[in-house]
Formats: sequence, structure tokens, C-alpha cells
Amino acid sequence: MSGMEDLYRENILDHYRHPRNRGAIENPDIRYEDANPLCGDKIRMDLNVRDGKIAQVRFSGIGCSISQAAASMLCEAIEGKPLDEVKKISRDDVLEMLGIELGPVRLKCGLLALKTLKAGVYGLTQWPGEDDEAAGPRAERGGESRP
Amino acid sequence: MTLRTQGSGSAPAAAGRDRGRNEAATGRSAAPTPAAERAPTPTAVPAFDPGTVRRQFPIFRAPREKPLLYLDSAATSQKPDAVLEAMNRYYAGYNANIHRGIYEIAERATAAYEDTRRRVARFVHAGSPREIVFTRNSTEAINLVAHAWGRTFLQAGDAIVLTEMEHHSNLVPWQLLAAEKRLELRFIPITGEGELDLETLPRLLGDGRVRLVSVVHISNVLGTVNPVGELVRVAHGAGALVMVDASQSAPHCPVDVQALGCDFMAFTSHKMLGPTGIGVLYGRRALLEAMPPFLGGGEMIREVKLTGSQWNDLPWTFEAGTMPIAEAVGLGAAVEYLEGLGMDAVFAHDRALAAYAMERLLEVPGLKILGPPAERRGGVVAFTLGDIHPHDVATVLDDDGVCVRAGHHCAMPLHEKLGVPASTRASFHCYSLPEEVDALVRGLHRARQVFAR
Repeated sequence: MSGMEDLYRENILDHYRHPRNRGAIENPDIRYEDANPLCGDKIRMDLNVRDGKIAQVRFSGIGCSISQAAASMLCEAIEGKPLDEVKKISRDDVLEMLGIELGPVRLKCGLLALKTLKAGVYGLTQWPGEDDEAAGPRAERGGESRP
Repeated sequence: MTLRTQGSGSAPAAAGRDRGRNEAATGRSAAPTPAAERAPTPTAVPAFDPGTVRRQFPIFRAPREKPLLYLDSAATSQKPDAVLEAMNRYYAGYNANIHRGIYEIAERATAAYEDTRRRVARFVHAGSPREIVFTRNSTEAINLVAHAWGRTFLQAGDAIVLTEMEHHSNLVPWQLLAAEKRLELRFIPITGEGELDLETLPRLLGDGRVRLVSVVHISNVLGTVNPVGELVRVAHGAGALVMVDASQSAPHCPVDVQALGCDFMAFTSHKMLGPTGIGVLYGRRALLEAMPPFLGGGEMIREVKLTGSQWNDLPWTFEAGTMPIAEAVGLGAAVEYLEGLGMDAVFAHDRALAAYAMERLLEVPGLKILGPPAERRGGVVAFTLGDIHPHDVATVLDDDGVCVRAGHHCAMPLHEKLGVPASTRASFHCYSLPEEVDALVRGLHRARQVFAR
């Protein structure tokens, strides 16, 4: 069980206090919004794509420090990156960015931004899976969560 | 006061006297206790020592790395030795299926199961044990009424009145029924203080189309004690039945279905010191008798032919399949334990702690308490802390061993009405201590430091 120092590493608090890429894009190429019904966290991702790369990304939403910091970190990581690379980002990549162990409930907070981003870049209307996985113990799988 | 801690257990006491099926309606209580309504002043209530009570709950005696400061009793309560021991006595001593075997331990098991029914009937002052139906939980009890009563007796154009402060368990079953039968759902709004706006009742009930009012007795978020007796009078006057969700009241205060005058009531064992897996539906006998079964299967039938069956008598017609027997035994022990403490005393204790918590919480800058003042609520205090998300609050508190609920507490429409996405909730039971409130307040100060922006 992680103590508070583990759960709120300085980088998480830094992104929570000073979120990167927070805001909205007017008429974005891609806009996707999702929520975590269990705790009311909401994330919206706005993306502009140029030449197969993420030209611009903004997120907005409400929620706990984990969900908002994860969104901020993710935005920072993907700006300028090719779409193909963004599609390959896995849950483990996000957990690595956060750098903490998350219990089954907080895992959903930590992965909401990725879920939103991926559904957005794949142009999906519904997330195809991995949700149930998040509720269970953290699986030891290296593969990405390709739909 | 002296605590009746454990006793001989309810189970074997009535062994060999399996009279369940033919028992006359003798469960009536001689002196109905006034129901918890408009929050009576707890005067001259014999107090119990919560420290002594706490030591009778093994979870608080268990050695652990950090203290267990449990402020989430509205989600589920902890269990005293008496309950665990009673269940263990059943499994170790007379585990058998009920209402079937004619050997000794089967008769003992049947007697224990039916003994709990009688005990629960007395606990809520039902007119007869036959008015007590065992379910899985409150949710199933409400669904039972929606299916067996609602689908049979309601028709398109009828209306059901709910409130804006309902738990999802008292919303969704009616939404499903409304969609199926084309019913109208109406809602009693809440006031700024988080109480029901009763002035809307004439408008909501005026057209005579309302067949049922289903209302929570004590809100699991606001702690509001709703004036159920008054609601029943108005609803009955308009020709509507009343169902009460007593999930947060039956475990904490005296409840008297006859004094309240309600037609149905639901509550659940695990919030009242008993095990999970068993809940209770109280229904007025005439209503239950008119209702078709909810689930089909064994035990709920009198005679089965390949193409049709005759139903069993009340209440067994609503108890299909093997029921949670050990859980019923545990529930019986839990009710006995609560009666030993005295429900007036339990309520006074919970409310005193809530009042203390409200006073202390207001010391925390930026903290906003949801719901009415202490004198009009039960042992539940939900709050927001500036713009710090309740999940973050709860995580910081957890670091100190303080267990609270964070989220919407299965009351999303209420949170929407209150204009907050989520809240943090502290709730109490007989084993809760002021020291736990103190730890909560310390943790909240710490959360403010961690999340200062």
C-alpha cells in the first residue's frame, strides 16, 4: 500500500498546480470527452493534426490531482508526436509518467486521460476495452492497449 | 449503562419450535416508539460508552500498522463479536437448509431463521412477522416492490413521486418501471438547506395520478431526517402509497412502521452491524398478499405442476431459492445487539458526534458542509474542501488511517443539484469516537497544505 509521499510525488503536484496545455482549441480536428462515472472525473481533449502529427493539444476537465496531472503529462508528451506513436502509448507508459503505484480505484483516475486521448485519435465513439482490466489487479502485460 | 454484549445468541434459543408457517400475527409491539422525525431532542437517553462498544468489534482490536479510524459507516458498518460468533455457531453447529429437513439441525436452522424474522418485525414494529420479507439488500427490496407491485398495479399515465435526494437504488428501479409502463416520475425538490420542500406536495399530488411516493428516511449524503410521517399523511390523503428507504435510518434510530404509517420499507443488514447479503422488505400484509411473486423457484411455491404452480403463503412466496441463512442468523444477532444498546441511545450518540464534527470541521478554511444544521440531521456529514477533489482529500486522510467516502455516494442527481461534482463524507455508528473526528480535522488541514495552489 502506497503511503502519501508515494502517491503525491512532487511531479504530480507540479502538474496539478501548473497544468500544461490546459484549455480548449476552437474548432479542433479532434475533440473527445469522457468521464469516470464512479468519481465524476471529466476530461476533454482537443487536438489539431498536421502532417500526421499532433500539432496542438489542449485538455480541460475536472477531477482529482491524479486524473488532471495525468492529462497534463500526457499532453506534454504527445505534442509534436506522430499520430502512430500516440496510438502506441500504453497504460504502462502513463503509469510510468505518474511514477506511482495506483490502487484499483485510483487507476481509473490515472488512465482517464489516456482513454480519452486514444478514443479521440482512433476516432472512436466508444472505448473498446481495457476498462474492466483497470478494475482488477494491475496486469503484468507489456503490450499496448490497442483496440 | 450495561451492554448486553453477546448473550446466548438468537439462534438456538428457539430450537425445536419451528412455528414459522402457522404463526399467528403476534409480532405487534405493545408500545410503539415515536419515529425519528423532525429530530427529537435526545434527552434522558441512557448513554453507552462507545469505547466499551468499540472493543466488542474485532476489527478495531486487530493489530495493524496504522490506526483504523473508520468514518464510513453509512457505506457499511463494522460487525461486533456477537454477530460473527452467531454466524459461526450456525455454520459450525447446525448448518442445514431451512424449511425442508425434518432432522434436528435443520429444525434449529429454520427456527433461527424465523426467529430473526420475528426479531426484525419487533424491531420496526411491524404488525406481523409475515410482513417481513428477506431480500439481498435494500436495492433488491425496492426492486421487489417495483416488479411485483408496480408491474401489476400501475398503468400508463400513473405517476410516482420521488425526491431529489434519493440514492440511485431508489431512483433507477422506478426509472426502469416508468419506461416499461409509461409512468411519470415527479420529484420533491430540496431547499437550500437540503431539506424536502413540502410546499410542493399539493402541486405534485394534486391531480390524483400519483400511486406511490418513495422517499429516503435519512439522506445518505445530507443526513437530513425527512418528515416521513407527514409525507405519509399527505400521500395517503391523495390516494398514493408510500415506500420508505430506511437504509440510513433503521440502523441508527428507532423506526416504527405503524407510527410512520408507511406501506413499504426497505433496509439492509450490513449497515446495521449485520453481515452483507441480506436485506429486509417490510410490506403491509394486505399489499404483499395481493402481489404476485418476484422470483420463481424453490420454497416460494405451495404446489408445482409441470405447467403451473400455486404460490406459498406470505412471506415465503417472496423468498425463492435457498436464502442467506447464516446472514439471517447474523442479522438477528445484530438486531439483538442494537436493542441492547437502545436505538434512542445509538441515535443520540451518532447525532452528538455529527454535531461535534460539524463544529470542528468549520475550523478548516474553505470547508463547506452540505445539508441542514446538526439539530435536524443524523450521523452523516458530507462536505467539500475548496477546489480539492474529494479523492485527493480521501487519499491524504487514508495516509493517517482515516476512512471516509469520496465521490457522489450513489446520489449523482443530488450532487448536480448542489452544484458540486463530488463530496467527502464522514459518517458514524455506535463505535465511533470524537478522537476519530479530531484525526479527520487534522488530516483535512494537511490536505490543504499538500494541495495548496
